Amino acid sequence: MMKWEKGWRFYLRVGCIAITALLFFFPVYWLAAISVKSPEEVFAYPPVWVPSELRLSSYVTLFRDGDVISILNSFVSAGVSTVLAMILGTVAAYSIVRFRTGGEHLSIWIISQRMVPPITVAFPVFLLFTQWGLVDTRVGLIILYTAFNLPYVIWMMRGYVQEVPIELEESAMIDGLSRWRILIKVVFPMVKGGLFATAVFTFLFAWNEFLFALILTGSEVVTYPVQVTGYFGSQSTFWSKIGAMSMLGLVPIALVVGTMQRFIVRGISMGAVKG
Amino acid sequence: MLKSLLAQSGGAGPAGSAGPGGSRSRNHRRRALFGYGLVAPAVFILLLIGLYPFVKLLVLSFQNISMFDDDTAFQGMVQYERLLDDARLWWSLLRTVLFAAVALPLELIFGFVLALMFLGKVPFRQVWIGIILMPTIISPIVAGSTWRLMFDQRFGPINQIIAWFAGPDFKLLWTLDPVFVWPGILVAEGWQWTPFMFLLLLAALSNLDREQLESASLDGAPMWMVFRRIVLPSIMPVMFIAVLIRALDLFRVFDVIWTMTQGGPGTRTETISIYAYQLAFREFDISYSAAIALVVIVLLTVLVMWALRRVEIQR
Repeated sequence: MMKWEKGWRFYLRVGCIAITALLFFFPVYWLAAISVKSPEEVFAYPPVWVPSELRLSSYVTLFRDGDVISILNSFVSAGVSTVLAMILGTVAAYSIVRFRTGGEHLSIWIISQRMVPPITVAFPVFLLFTQWGLVDTRVGLIILYTAFNLPYVIWMMRGYVQEVPIELEESAMIDGLSRWRILIKVVFPMVKGGLFATAVFTFLFAWNEFLFALILTGSEVVTYPVQVTGYFGSQSTFWSKIGAMSMLGLVPIALVVGTMQRFIVRGISMGAVKG
Repeated sequence: MLKSLLAQSGGAGPAGSAGPGGSRSRNHRRRALFGYGLVAPAVFILLLIGLYPFVKLLVLSFQNISMFDDDTAFQGMVQYERLLDDARLWWSLLRTVLFAAVALPLELIFGFVLALMFLGKVPFRQVWIGIILMPTIISPIVAGSTWRLMFDQRFGPINQIIAWFAGPDFKLLWTLDPVFVWPGILVAEGWQWTPFMFLLLLAALSNLDREQLESASLDGAPMWMVFRRIVLPSIMPVMFIAVLIRALDLFRVFDVIWTMTQGGPGTRTETISIYAYQLAFREFDISYSAAIALVVIVLLTVLVMWALRRVEIQR
């Protein structure tokens, strides 16, 4: 089967891949190019395909005006909610796997929490957060993103915990370790890979979340997606700002995903592909 | 004994299973208590963001609260009756379903073809995959903004490229044109999520049993037969999950459309999520939006549970 592979078919295939990759990459390039174009180039007609110089003034403006604080807000709410969801979700998954807590119904109820469109619960959550003074706070976003990510974490970690050999826990029990110590000293180290893989996606979700950030924040705590959309139609330079802000928001995500690349398939498929 | 303590005690609720000895049943109870303690915080947060809103929606939907009224008295089915002759609602639902029905197969087919191309030897494989995956990790709102920029009638490169072929007078107002606005959104959505399908299908295809494939092709089985009998069944579970995840995402689509058109022109691109948002947070038609939310929740939960049970059986 491999022999005829090196012929014209091989080059055709690689050519197709290269063209596809180019097509997928081009919009990202265009956005990056916009962020370094001069205002004249942004609004030039016909459009300028390659910026004449690397102008960083859009980025400088974002830093000067303090808009980059939205990156920090996103980072804090995504980071803290990820850690919380990972801890709470993993112990819950452990309990569901090892002790059959709640039986089948609990698992199904938990996963069903992720099915409905978030907009459906938006208004009651808004009411609740208004009552509790959580509107426009990081704490509010953290609670919300933790809740949104919990079903995913529990679902994923269930799979990883199931793969921990039960003999290890048994021998630890014979050695007289308490249940908590077994959990911390035996189970957590065994599922470390799964923890990181799952955390990538919880972080990604919270980082990109827009709808609730739009509803619940706006003046005090602006997250990165809300900041980007806030530029629309504001000033004539808004495209450069959108480009620059988007690029800044891409950096943390690219770093996280880049370092975790080998875990991604399993995480993205909610465990359907064992990796 | 230890095994039975640690391992799955098989369905029977821990509370009901009284052991033969007193110490053993106490052990059982402590074990169950520990188990409940571990799930408690997670369940609490889920109840807070899941069950509380549900109950609140139920209450609101039987009242009459809007920008003009603040009537908390029981109103019966008034809000639900409004559902029936709200054309805007049914259009938005239909649009959402149609959009999903068009986008999903396209993403699936393109993702599959792309995955097939990667099955043989490819130089710089990881680099290509990395580039192709980029759209998937970008925020949907950035994807939407990017494509709004790409489709801009004056400064966007799409019109420029078409103008090379169609002549310099070509100007299409993509995001404002009632006909071309949907293809535009479809491109943005497909650009962002085809790589997702691609990645999952590539993983599933890489796990195929090569020997089985080769012996089938040696036996002279035609290609489509090999595909139907061997390839399709083995990638089915992954495909099912991928389609389910994407179908749910497409049904809730908000960010991309919001940044590209905000539901416009008029209500041409208003999906159910956008309509629900407009109702609750722009028009403050609270009780009515609660009724819509409840109907969507119930419909979707029933559908998804049905679909999930089917996979469980297949596995």
